[in-house]
Amino acid sequence: MFANLPLWPDRASNMAGNVDALFIFLLILCGLMCVAIFIMILVFAAKYRRRKGVEAEQIEGSTALELTWSGVPLLIFMGIFAWGAIIYFQERTPPQDSAEIYTVAKQWMWKFQHMEGQREINELHVPVGRDVKMIMTSQDVIHSFYVPAFRIKQDVLPGRYTVAWFRATKAGTYHLFCAEYCGTSHSGMIGSVVVMEPALYEQWLSGGPAAPLPQAGKQLFMSLGCSTCHRLDTQGRGPNLANLYNHPVLLEDGRTIIADDNYIGESILNPAAKLVSGFKPIMPTFQGIISEEQLNALVAYIKSLSQPTEGEAGSRNTPAASPSGQPQTMQVQ
Amino acid sequence: MAAIPLPGAEHENYLNKEYGIRSWLLTTDHKRIALLYLLSITFFFFIGGFFALLIRLELLTPAGDLVQADTYNKLFTMHGQVMVFFFLIPAVPAVLGNFLIPIMIGAKDLAFPRINLLSWYIFIIGGCFMLYTILTGGADTGWTFYTPLSTSFLDTHVVAAAVAIFIAGFSSILTGLNFIVTVHRMRAPGMTWSRLPLFVWANYATSIIQVLGTPVLAITLALVALERLFHFGIFDPQKGGDPLLFQHLFWFYSHPAVYIMILPGMGVVSEIVACFSRKRVFGYKFMALAVIAIAVFGFLVWAHHMFVAGISLYAALVFSLLSYLVAVPSAIKVFNWTATMYKGSISYTTPMLYAFGFIGLFTMGGLTGLFLAALGLDVHVTDTYFVIAHFHYIMVGGMVMAYIGGLHFWWPKISGRMYPESWGRLAALTIFIGFNLTFFPQFILGYLGMPRRYWQYSPEYQVLNVLSTAGSTILAVGYVLPMVYFLWSMRYGKVADENPWGAAGLEWMTASPPPTFNFDETPEVTWEAYNYGEAKEVPVER
Repeated sequence: MFANLPLWPDRASNMAGNVDALFIFLLILCGLMCVAIFIMILVFAAKYRRRKGVEAEQIEGSTALELTWSGVPLLIFMGIFAWGAIIYFQERTPPQDSAEIYTVAKQWMWKFQHMEGQREINELHVPVGRDVKMIMTSQDVIHSFYVPAFRIKQDVLPGRYTVAWFRATKAGTYHLFCAEYCGTSHSGMIGSVVVMEPALYEQWLSGGPAAPLPQAGKQLFMSLGCSTCHRLDTQGRGPNLANLYNHPVLLEDGRTIIADDNYIGESILNPAAKLVSGFKPIMPTFQGIISEEQLNALVAYIKSLSQPTEGEAGSRNTPAASPSGQPQTMQVQ
Repeated sequence: MAAIPLPGAEHENYLNKEYGIRSWLLTTDHKRIALLYLLSITFFFFIGGFFALLIRLELLTPAGDLVQADTYNKLFTMHGQVMVFFFLIPAVPAVLGNFLIPIMIGAKDLAFPRINLLSWYIFIIGGCFMLYTILTGGADTGWTFYTPLSTSFLDTHVVAAAVAIFIAGFSSILTGLNFIVTVHRMRAPGMTWSRLPLFVWANYATSIIQVLGTPVLAITLALVALERLFHFGIFDPQKGGDPLLFQHLFWFYSHPAVYIMILPGMGVVSEIVACFSRKRVFGYKFMALAVIAIAVFGFLVWAHHMFVAGISLYAALVFSLLSYLVAVPSAIKVFNWTATMYKGSISYTTPMLYAFGFIGLFTMGGLTGLFLAALGLDVHVTDTYFVIAHFHYIMVGGMVMAYIGGLHFWWPKISGRMYPESWGRLAALTIFIGFNLTFFPQFILGYLGMPRRYWQYSPEYQVLNVLSTAGSTILAVGYVLPMVYFLWSMRYGKVADENPWGAAGLEWMTASPPPTFNFDETPEVTWEAYNYGEAKEVPVER
């Protein structure tokens, strides 16, 4: 029975080692602290136990001691804070050229949309060694994307995108849990992350018949009539969306913001929220008209209209909607 | 209780002055109201504990087989709501604080005796709503009521549960208000602020949180109810609302509420450690400052519950930093209790065993808080069993230990009788062992990645869950024991004299049980708190 008693979780991402190192450091530090206090209590309790004729010695206190045992812990705490903050900063900052996977969480399943067009439910295939950025939204309540072996967790909210990223380091199949209580089948909202060697992963990718996500988005863009106002050749009634992604946008109220995933998504669902300077609020809302997955496709398409900022056209991770409709990775075959 | 005769207690006291149900339900005596609270919260404690046992039984096996998923979700929701709002928050303040604060400061009663009674009635009305919620099928929001799940996606008695907690909150506000005014206005001559027992300081700090924080909870729950009934869209992104706004509002109260649930326990432990070490509390001034610091800083750390919720990177940095600052005064307290024992004259009575237990378990709970405040690590362990273990070490290992320890310490004063000492020690040991067996494995489960609020789980987590369930049955026995022998002692216990522990403090300078107005004449205080150095008879070790 005890062979079936793991005491340490799998370590399968670039982040896992960093988190474990801090955890082990804290275990040792706090373990020593605990032992020191317990020993002091036990020693005092034994040494100064009540005896006939021996009275307690009254001691008022000691400012020096108080300052010491406030100041020293404070310094140690600041060190732990900084260490934790550095790891968190890494966890919250996906590398520029990460592969993007759109995720829709709903009661009670996980849906994934790969840029290459593959779609999966409750199972996520990723290759070893590639930076993967999960761009996630929820169709209903708050969920949380949690892969213990990667030591990452990120809540998934309705009405906005949140982001998590990882680089898997070890092939295998790992737990995917929903970590934010989401109703009846919360504990059934589980799945697995399948980490594959790159070659096997390419093979897996090629198995799917689907069109790339930006391509699907382009079809939607046409069929929903977006293209009548958002023209790419010239300035239409709506802003030209070419080279919009990751670039600054001047708003009607004078603010300038960076057009990220959240801004593009919000502008589709609630166009009046952040109106671009010089345009009228004439666009209808698509709230309730398109699904979260269709929204993801649209966002992916609009992002594909922008040149990669570092001039990495055709980079493995940004499969643009090439005329053939085939992503770069598939041409290897 | 009123019907039980008290042979041997010949003097007129608050228990035997009047008899009959009316004399209890219309009383304005803080001591009788404390007993009304004691009965009420004991009732809720056993309801909440029963739910906990069912949760642990379900988790004995990986498959969800004992109860339905929805039932399980209701069990942990009701367990949390009952335990937090109907047991832990009122536990020490409304029972021990109510009974002791006026006596400790040499007053006849609280400043507003009728408001004190009103607070109990409000608590009972809130409690009735809670019972209604439970009996008609319960709510399954989790105790945290997260939106939009609670507002738009559940078809259970969410509004009734919110109303119950909304109402009970006002009882908490009134108690806090009463304590603040009482401590400011009703101190006996010579009872200066620097002579107040630390128990009074702790309850004073708690009262500030109750008065300032609870209204925010009331507003938040009202918004949840309005949102459910009228769909205003405050927390609904489809209508331009924000579900994270709810979390900010909820934790703005509910994090300080954690300190409502632990500060009074710290006060109890200070009294017990001083008494059974026969020493003045080491660093009295720092101890008093520390509780106030915790109460103030406690308001500035709420978003550390939200590091993975989607708040900005920089907000997370600020809240992590502030969380480490609030850890410092907690550390000060642990060091000072330990230092108080140095060169003391220590006896291992039941209350002291609980105090030992409190210091040990609170230390572990506090130190694991350092893990959770570390941003990069919190991402992995938040919303797992690591968090469950952490806050149960604080709330159960800390607060419940302190509360039961305090009940033993002041039982002679409350009832006029001694509890059976050897049974007391046995129960303390049982609770300590049962507690650790229940909750220590959960730290490991959490780091392995088992999420909280899971009805079924992956088989590799089973061994640790079985250990935890085994521990919970031991813990249950440990909690039933004191209830049995306390009841027994009210009739058969040895009659207690005025000061059976040889303790310092005004409450030990009046009869046991105290007369209705606490003192025959208003005492005049000419000594510092914990004047154990001045000649006082040391009781013989029993």
